[in-house]
Formats: sequence, structure tokens, C-alpha cells
Amino acid sequence: MSTLVFLEHHDSSIQKGSLGVLTKAAALDPDTSAVIVGSGLDGLAEIAGNHGAKTVYLADDASVASPLPQPRVDVIAALVQDPGFDNVLFGASVLASDIAGGLSARLDAGLNWDLGDLVMEGGELVGKRSALGDTVLVDVGWSATPRLGLVRAGSFEPNAAGGSATTENIAVSVQDFSGKAAITAQDQEESSGPSIEEADILVTAGRGIGSPDAFPMFEDLASAMGGAVATTRAVVDSGWYPYATQIGQTGKVVTPKLYIGFGVSGAIQHKVGMQSSQTIVAINKDPNAPIFEFSDMAVVGDLNEIVPALSKLVKERRG
Amino acid sequence: MKIAVCVKEVPDSGPSRRIDPGTKRIDRSGDRSLNAYDLNAVEEALRLKEAAGDGEVVLISMGAPKALDSIRKALGMGADRAVLVSDEAAAGSDLIGTSKVLAAAISAESPDLVLFGQQASDGEGAVMWAAVAERLQMPVVSQISELTVAGGSVTAKRQTEFGYDTIEAPLPAVLAVSDALNEPRFPSLKGIMGAKKKPQETKSLADVGVDAGDVGEAGARTTVSALNPPPSRGDTLKIEDENGSSAQQILDYLVERKLV
Repeated sequence: MSTLVFLEHHDSSIQKGSLGVLTKAAALDPDTSAVIVGSGLDGLAEIAGNHGAKTVYLADDASVASPLPQPRVDVIAALVQDPGFDNVLFGASVLASDIAGGLSARLDAGLNWDLGDLVMEGGELVGKRSALGDTVLVDVGWSATPRLGLVRAGSFEPNAAGGSATTENIAVSVQDFSGKAAITAQDQEESSGPSIEEADILVTAGRGIGSPDAFPMFEDLASAMGGAVATTRAVVDSGWYPYATQIGQTGKVVTPKLYIGFGVSGAIQHKVGMQSSQTIVAINKDPNAPIFEFSDMAVVGDLNEIVPALSKLVKERRG
Repeated sequence: MKIAVCVKEVPDSGPSRRIDPGTKRIDRSGDRSLNAYDLNAVEEALRLKEAAGDGEVVLISMGAPKALDSIRKALGMGADRAVLVSDEAAAGSDLIGTSKVLAAAISAESPDLVLFGQQASDGEGAVMWAAVAERLQMPVVSQISELTVAGGSVTAKRQTEFGYDTIEAPLPAVLAVSDALNEPRFPSLKGIMGAKKKPQETKSLADVGVDAGDVGEAGARTTVSALNPPPSRGDTLKIEDENGSSAQQILDYLVERKLV
């Protein structure tokens, strides 16, 4: 068996999620390699070697500098043909999901996604995923090689156990249609203030709060509880609150002791970022809001009445 | 401008939503509706058509013949017609087969734009557009928060784990929009009545030129070997608030768990 792991990098560091996948892959298959695609990749191969890669393929070329999926499909498809790999694994992200989907069609290779674990059973690679809104745990497999897998964010911890990889620079050849999309601008401002990933208590405001004018009320509650304000994608895309406060698939994955959500519907995009919170309390005026399906406490009511009352009670309690 | 929107009928959430232990496929015999995330794609297509002043919005789907009942909702919103590929041999398709069928049905329409919603609420994959774009050899952009089409190209703002990217691509292109992009309109009564009369075409695999051996279980390269119950989260405490009355109950609950 041989395995290739796609390592996603941002600025000059490799994403924790893809290093976790590499660590796991190397534990299952000693013949595990990694591929890094971009421009100016100095120093990254060493990190991959540290996390268990035997060989690191570097596609270091100006034509693949932008984080776009289709040129990466070209690079990985060429590696699957030569030297050839039985498994190609990805840590899920916006970029990696688009690469994996494209690669599946390019190679007619089976793709399993949302994998929370990977195990060898009777010599076969088996993926474990939860499906249908986490109502069922499914064992998934592949009936042919190459096998493609997307691993759910946060499933595997990276482990820099040492070791060094052979580095191989590979030529990049991008197909005509793969090179048609181009990034013309990027807006990736860093946040000031405390990170929502570090807070024990997150007071989360969703689209259901109705207006950005409601934020002082949530800031007051968060401050009274000793927590931070977090948001959903709809709130951020509307320009109501900074991107750095967004929980979810395209935001931050958080695991606070207490998540308390107001006007949050609980769409899958949001759920994947907060479902591992220890205690989940949800307040929504819609009794059918999906978030109630995975909440410990579900309150149907008007947040405009509940938030000020709760702030007052918390302040009295904490003196 | 001609816009194809890929839509899917999905089982409603709730206790009847399950995987059939015999076939290991999703049970599609219970209540079903149009995938809610697809409504954002339909809405965006309608807005683009309205802004352009003319054009056509064609719904493309694969599923059981009855799926048209769900797809009609998008016709009620204002889409012009629907094409459903329905064939026994396509049942049990994985990403490989379904992307082949959708790409073939889209190809026959030669659209300027192909839109997808953020994901299907049953498969939860969020990878279909990338596979379809690959088969159509078109550029692809996903997770779109803002979209403009002008002068034969599309400018899309994509949200990633790091912030926003602005991406330009020439038409035709495949685009997957976020559910935060817009607020889908409700079909009007007139729209609902009119939907029944709009063209709704059901095609077989042969009609779209796909070999039955390449799709369905025959073409699938992924398998499901076992189904198990998920770890339990415990029971949900449910409360109906009246004029802020729940604040005390929330506080008591949090104090009990030493969270305040």
C-alpha cells in the first residue's frame, strides 16, 4: 500500500489539520508521502518529514501560487499516475474539498468525506463517518484504488515524532481550463481582541438577532459571563461583525465549556465548528430550528427579552 | 444568459430520515422536499436573470420520478423549466456516477453559468460542484458570499478559513453559493399555480448519453459496510419562554453545571 497526503499551507505554515492527517496516515501505512503545492515552499518539506512523510513532493511554481483547487488537481493526478498511490488523503477545508471532488472525477476514483477516523480492518482501509446530521455512524470503504478520503477537521492531532523526508521537486503542468480562474484580491485581516478559540464561554449571535444594533446586548452578556462574542457566517457575510468571530466550516472550530447561541439556526456549516462544545444552550424563536437537535438546553423564545434578563441575573449572581 | 441550477430532492430531517440497513442507501420513502441549500442557488439565478433583463433558469436534477414534486417548488419561485434524469440504473450512484449524469444533462443545455447550493442536507458532501466542473472542464468557485456577472466573466467573493478571496473566471463557469448569500423568496400563490404548467422533462440515462454501466452501483467506487448508533449527547431540556421567564431557568441550569 502507498499513501499520499495533501498538505495545505497558508503563508509559511502547514495547516494543523493536514499535518494531523499525515500523522495518522504514516501510522497506518509506512509508505506515506506528502505533496505541497504553491510558490516559495522553503522549509515546509522538513516539517512534513517530521510528521512521518517518507517522500515530500514539492510543486513549487508561480503558476500555482494562488490557493485555487483546479491546478492542484492537475499536480496530484500526475502523482497518482506516476509514481502511483493507492490512497490520497486530505484534511477537509474549502480548498481541499474542491481538490478532492475534482480529483474524484478526473480519476473516476471513489471519494469518502467527513471521515472522523481511519482504521485498517482485515488489511483494508476503512473510514468512520457520522452521517445524516450525526444520527448514524457509518463504516465506509472503497471498492477500487485509488481511494480518496477527506478527513473531518480536528479528527487527528499532529505529532512531530521526528524523521526526515526525501524531497523531490516536481514539474507543474496546468491544464487550460484549470488555469482559468484567478484570485484578484484577498481580504484576510487578523483580529485584535481575544480569540474565540480560547474562550471558555461563547455567546453566539446568529442571523436571527435581526440587526447589528443588537451586538451591544451580546457584548454586555459575554462580559458579564466572562466569555467572548462569536458569530455565524450569515452575520459576518452581512458585515455586522468581524470575520475573526465566525464559527464554522469556513470559520473557526471551537470547543468551549459553554456555547450559548441566540438566533442561530444550526446549519451544517455552523454545526461542524461548534458541535464539540461541552454544553450547548440554544435560544431561538423557531421551535423547529435544527440547532435544538444537538443542544443540551433548548429555549423557544424572544431573545430581545431573554438576553437583558439573563445579563441582569448573571451580574447579580457574580456581584 | 442561460443559467443551470443543480437541485436535489432530499429526505426531511426527523426520525424517519435513516439509512436502509438492507441496501445501505439513504431511505427515500418518507417525506421529502427540495434541499434547502439549493434555494439560495435558485434565488441567485433568478436575481442574475432579473438583473440581465432576460435569460433562462433551468433546473437540473437526478432522482426518482417523484422528485419533480419537490423540484416544482423552485419552478414556483420563478425558474423557467426543469430537467430530471431518472433511471433505475442510476440508483446507488456515488459521486462518480452522479457527477457524470449531472455533467451530461448540463452539457446538453450549454448554459453560461452552472449554480450549486452549499451542500445537500442528506449527503453532506459539498464536493459535487468540483466533480461536475472537472467533467465539464469549466472553472469552479465555491463558498461564494458575493457574485457579479458582467462582460462574459464572473467575479465571486469566496470565504475560506482565512478570510475572503475575490476570484475572477470567464464564462461558462461552475459556482457554488453559500446559504448566507441571499434570502430565498417564497413562491407566490400565482407562482405555485403556474409551476405545474412549466416544462418538466424526465430523461433516461440513454437520453443524456451516459452508459448505465458507468453509474449506479456498477459505477460506484465507494461502499458502506456497517451502520452503528452514534454516541448519545443525552436528552435535551426543552423550555418555552414567556416574556423573559426562561432567563432564571437558564441561569439555574448554568449554575448547576458550574458554568456561571
